[in-house]
Order: sequence, then C-alpha cells, then structure tokens
Amino acid sequence: MEKLQDTSTEKDAGIKRALVAPMQRRMFMRYAGATAALTTLLFATSSCDEDGDDMPMDPNTVDLGSGDTGILNYAYALEQLEAAFYSEVVAKSLGLFNQTEQQIMQDLMGHENIHKDFLKAALGSAAIPDLEVNFSSINFSDKNSILTTAKTFEDLGVAAYNGAGKFLENAGFLTLAGKIVSVEARHAAVIRDLISNGTFSDSANNQGLDPAMMPADVLSAASAFIKTKISANNLPK
Amino acid sequence: MNIFKIIEDIEKVDPEVYNRLDSRRSAFKGLGSIGKKAALSAIPLALGSVFQKAYGQSNGIVLEVLNFALKLEYLERNFYTQALAANGLIPEGAPKGAIQKIQMHEAAHVELLKTTIQSLNGTPISEPTFNFGKNFPDWNTNYQTFLTLAQAFEDTGVRAYKGQAANLINNDAVLTAALQIHSVEARHAAHIRRMRNNAGWIIGDGTNSNVPAGAQPVYAGEGNLAQGGINDISALGEGYSAEIASGAFDEPLTKEQVATIVSLFE
Repeated sequence: MEKLQDTSTEKDAGIKRALVAPMQRRMFMRYAGATAALTTLLFATSSCDEDGDDMPMDPNTVDLGSGDTGILNYAYALEQLEAAFYSEVVAKSLGLFNQTEQQIMQDLMGHENIHKDFLKAALGSAAIPDLEVNFSSINFSDKNSILTTAKTFEDLGVAAYNGAGKFLENAGFLTLAGKIVSVEARHAAVIRDLISNGTFSDSANNQGLDPAMMPADVLSAASAFIKTKISANNLPK
Repeated sequence: MNIFKIIEDIEKVDPEVYNRLDSRRSAFKGLGSIGKKAALSAIPLALGSVFQKAYGQSNGIVLEVLNFALKLEYLERNFYTQALAANGLIPEGAPKGAIQKIQMHEAAHVELLKTTIQSLNGTPISEPTFNFGKNFPDWNTNYQTFLTLAQAFEDTGVRAYKGQAANLINNDAVLTAALQIHSVEARHAAHIRRMRNNAGWIIGDGTNSNVPAGAQPVYAGEGNLAQGGINDISALGEGYSAEIASGAFDEPLTKEQVATIVSLFE
C-alpha cells in the first residue's frame, strides 16, 4: 500500500513537471493522441478524468507500471494468458482436433510461450509476477468452446498491440512489438478460418483497418480470464 | 470527435496552443478544406497534421513512408484486380471469395493512404505500371503461380510495414493506422499461405514457404533467432525448436530490400 501511494505521489510530481517544463513534441503528440482516442472511443466514460487515477488499490493488485516498461508488462500479461490457454489445450484437448489442427495448436502453444518467455527476459527485474488465470468458462472438451476462446484471445492481442504501439517511446521496442503482432494476426486469421473458412480478416472495418484498442478496454475484456487483479492506472489512457 | 475538448485539453499544458494554430478558425478552415469524404476517412490524421504544422515538425519522413506503402498497395490492388478479371484463373467459391475480400482491403488501403498523404499536404505518387508477367509469364493463367505471387506480396507487405514502424514513432495517428493495416496484411498472408497448404506463419528463411528461388528475397532473414539483445531466443525457458522460435517472430524488411522485390514486377 505504501509503495502504491509512493507511485501516485511520483505520478503527481510527474504531471506537475510536465505542466511547468517546456513541452516536448513527443509528449505533446502523445497527449493529443491519447485524448483524441479517448474522445472518439470512450466519450461516455469518465476515465479521462485524471483525478480518478489515484484511488488506493488492493495490495494484491499487480501494477503494470508506467512508460515503455508498463507497455511491455501489459504485453507480457496478455502473452501469459495466451500461453496458459494453449498449454492447457495441448495438454487436455488435442484429441478433439485433426492432425493439421493439432499441429496448429502445438505451434500456437510454442509461439505464445516463447513470446511470454521473451518478454519476461526483456523486462528482467521489472517483469510483473506470474498471473493466475481463470479458465472456468472454457469447456476444454468442446472444440467450439476452445476455438471461440482462441479467436477472442488472438483478435484481442492484435487490437492490444495495435493500440499500444503509439505509447512506446523506444523505437527498438516498437519494432519488436511489430514482430510479435503480425504473428498474432496470423494466428487470429488461422483460428477464424478454422471456425468458418474465409473469415480470416473479417475483423477489419471498411477502410481495411484492424481494430486498435486502449489498454483499459483490453484488460477489461480479458479480466474474465485472469484471476489476478491487474492495474493499468499508470499506463496512458 | 470533440475537437474543442482536445484543444481545451492541450491549452491546459500549452496556453499558447491557439497562437500556434493561428486561430481556432484557421484550424477549422484547414480541416474543412479536406472535403467531406476525406473528413470521414482521415480526420484523426488530418487533425494530426494541423498540430504538426503548428509544432513545426516536418512531415517529410512520414510522407515518404506513406508513399512507399502506397506503392505496395497499388501493386497489390492491381495484381488482385487483374487476377479477378482473368477468366477461369481463380476457382469459384471459397477461393474467389477470399481473393475478392483481399482485393477490397487493398483498394481501401490505397484510398486511405492517398487521403492521408493529401491531408498532410503531400502528393500521393501516381500508380506505377506493373508487369507481373516479366518473371512469371503464367501468373494469370496458372492458379498456382498466382497464389505463389499472392503469398509473396502479402508476406512482403507485412515485412515492409514492420520495417517502417520506427520511422512513424513521432506521428501517433499515422503509426496506429499503419499498424492497423500491417495486421490485416498478416491475416491475408496467413490465409493465402494456407490456400497453398503452407503453415500460416513463416519458419526459417522461408523453408516452409514453397517459393521458387527467384522469390527467396521475400524471406531473407526470417530465420533470425536474436531478438531484443537476446542472442538465441530458442534457449529461453525450457527451450524451443528453431521452427517455433523463428515462426513466433516476423522480421522487417528495409526499403531497399522491398524495392528489390518490387523491381521483379516493374
């Protein structure tokens, strides 16, 4: 709790610094971008109220942190979720699938686990702890339940990386996120086609753009599958 | 979009925002001149351009990237449009449905990029003349050749956008739109790959991609196992096969590498 209050104080100081410091362009664009996205997507919510950020948190809540570390931890949280899911599918449910599909499930398990291990290694001591998942809503003996969940996770992962790219300050991290997100999109397409062939890119709008989602929306969509409470309070909103 | 709210928010951190924008009126005049269609399709980008001008940042690099992307999208649109018009090339049913869907996306990308370039006061390049038969003479009579090229174009597109992300790091609106296109190209790539009985993802330097030798530049460097300062990611955790480790990460291409690939069709 004490640590969390420290974080809030630090954040307040950061905001005050930002108010008096000469504005740097990157900071400005970030601010304007975040506001624009909020105004477009979340017009009805109150989350743009900065005064609401400093609510005391449950001491068991895992805070993702701020800046690029926070964004990488956010990605790490999502990869943990996906890795745990496919590991369970491969352990419990392979018999439901034909040979080609079994290979797909094993590849997805491998890809998501290596994404997870990579982000953990890249974050080092800044990495959040292992999350506890909640898969009680998934029927691992039902192919349809597994594929529907996989589609949710993959599409969500793509939208999450697409939305978070602009928050990364470090160009190297941005490229790395790009290397991962297109593989997530390949997964999403293949899973969608397994459910209904030809729906690989039906996620895109009529401008041919995939969704890009803000961290709070992604975490809210994922929260039903994650037991551990996660705070994105220090990520851009 | 509530533009007044955005400008008011900016005013909180930059009291001189109105001076930078000349006046509220001139900011809106700039937006109005883009036209109704553009306003519907590219307002967030146009808004970015108003601020960019106000804050003195050059659009040069961003425009260069957008025109580079536009060339690739022209190529893809032209390729699928011609292929759909070639009698009997693409089988009716699921194959034709998929190619029509992809063609529609590539056409939308062309329009979005053109509008965005204009909204940033740039000039979209005009459509080049492509010659798909230059090195692949049966491209529009042999369905397998057509699919091979489609796969090569989609995988190249994914790698090309990825290679430019860092050049867009200072323009959040354009970066996000580029990422939103990038993942759609990856979805296309995965589907086309599976139409050819390949896995949806790239293993090694194209070892599972089934392309002729001339198309190998499309997969150059894809077998990379060094990521983010880690020399060999396959050694992470309990260890991974090289197939899994290379398949889990797509690699970027430079502009020059992409130009070499495109020159096979010019």
